[in-house]
Amino acid sequence: MDKIPILRMGRFLLVTIQVDMHDRLAMALQDDLTSRVVKDQAKGVLIDISSLEVVDSFMGRMLNNIAAMTRTLGAETVVVGMMPAVAITLVELGLSLENVHTALNADKGMALLTSRLEASLEAR
Amino acid sequence: MEPGRASKIPEILARSEKDILEEWLREQLAAITLRKDLLPEADLRRESAEFLLLFTKAISSDTPQDIATAVWGKVRDFLASLSRSRAALGFSPSETATFVFSLKQPLFVRLQEVHAKDAAALGAELWTITTVLDKLGVFTAETFLIAREGVIKRQQEEMLELSTPVVKVWDGILALPLIGTLDSSRTQIVMESLLKSIVDTGSEIAIIDITGVPAVDTLVAQHLLKTVAAARLMGAHCIISGIRPQIAQAMVHLGVAFGDIVTKATLADALAHAFRLAGLSVARRQA
Amino acid sequence: MDVIRSGAVELLTSEDVVRARQMVRAWMVELGFSLVDQTKMITAASELARNAVEYGGGGSVRFTAQKDGARTGLRLVFEDHGPGIPDIEMALKGGYSTGHGLGLGLSGSKRLVNEFELWSVPGQGTRVTVTRWR
Repeated sequence: MDKIPILRMGRFLLVTIQVDMHDRLAMALQDDLTSRVVKDQAKGVLIDISSLEVVDSFMGRMLNNIAAMTRTLGAETVVVGMMPAVAITLVELGLSLENVHTALNADKGMALLTSRLEASLEAR
Repeated sequence: MEPGRASKIPEILARSEKDILEEWLREQLAAITLRKDLLPEADLRRESAEFLLLFTKAISSDTPQDIATAVWGKVRDFLASLSRSRAALGFSPSETATFVFSLKQPLFVRLQEVHAKDAAALGAELWTITTVLDKLGVFTAETFLIAREGVIKRQQEEMLELSTPVVKVWDGILALPLIGTLDSSRTQIVMESLLKSIVDTGSEIAIIDITGVPAVDTLVAQHLLKTVAAARLMGAHCIISGIRPQIAQAMVHLGVAFGDIVTKATLADALAHAFRLAGLSVARRQA
Repeated sequence: MDVIRSGAVELLTSEDVVRARQMVRAWMVELGFSLVDQTKMITAASELARNAVEYGGGGSVRFTAQKDGARTGLRLVFEDHGPGIPDIEMALKGGYSTGHGLGLGLSGSKRLVNEFELWSVPGQGTRVTVTRWR
């Protein structure tokens, strides 16, 4: 697998991480997502990690970076489907993921992105 | 044994094997502790014969007294397997160790005959047998306890899994009423169960109620806080309710900081807060 | 302490880090560890393997599955002959700046395992030994 596919759904981008990524693949995803946010003028990014059994500090920092970068480009990022074992481990690792919104599943994640988009539109 | 004096123990065992076995069996059967209901005599005879064979070999070696050496390996394995099977049959550790200790008598009797004229030699040989059989007896009791602890631990884990009480109080709202003393491992299991329920039910709000918990130590408090943090990472909110003044005081003393975690005095308050978070309101019906 | 099995994996590329993770998972599953324990150990291994590749100039990890009385454990030894860690105390406090993954990975892994040993001499290399029991 060379690249992680990025799908577009309306104003949002969807990414499902299913493979155990090596670092280069992760960096490629980071780059791809940021260019797609610009290219598609996306307002939100949903990253589904429900198949991810391990999230280490590198992966955590990557998710944080993606969220920070997309925010400066006008899009919010939500990470969905984190497994309990992963969450417990991240807490123990001391990783905070402060830029990242999270939701239990893709439905709730989309709802979150939609409500944030509506809120930001109203604010103008 | 002093150098120059050869031990007579191997000779005794080789020469009088059958008689020693019979006397040993009589000792075991006569012991009040032997549970004839649990173990048929034929099995006991077979086990004793096998042990005697292995024991004879090991004590006739260069290291008769050090049961940790390789020559005693087969004896140790036999005893470990024996204590596991006795544990499974329902014997107590002392009943199991009696298997080894009761071998002393037949050996003592023969040593006295052989060393009748030599008190020093008798003393030394009695000492050898006593130390070896004591060590083997202790080894047997220890392996028994380890095996039994393993069984108890498994049973405890199964009980905990069955008794973790996560309840759904409303769509999207779970409650976990904890009752009784919490120890570190129980708290961990219960918290993992809560997180799993959050995923399974897709509930974004969970109330952890500790009204029924008499005391909370630092370790348990830390597990609670870590669980709340983990739930947040997953996309759910936890409310902790039922914190009595004493517990609140203890937490402050221990330096446990709840930070921005919502805490309520009662489960009812927590439920009201949960409804607010979920955008729900409760209204009285017009009569 | 009885050794049930042992093995080793070299750590030279980022693909090796992935391989190490998968091997740790396989061993943990075989030894009967719970899902949470597995995740903690694999994550710790990921951190330490990455450290060996990124900061240690490449290295290796040795696996040992062992039995100690009633408990079973997995021991991992990560070794590299890189520049070493100049200030171990600071590294274990997670004190290196955020640009450096080294600190967080090291102090974080310590919390994810039951036993943790660190040896490092500047100019000679680093060895981290971690163990989880069940």
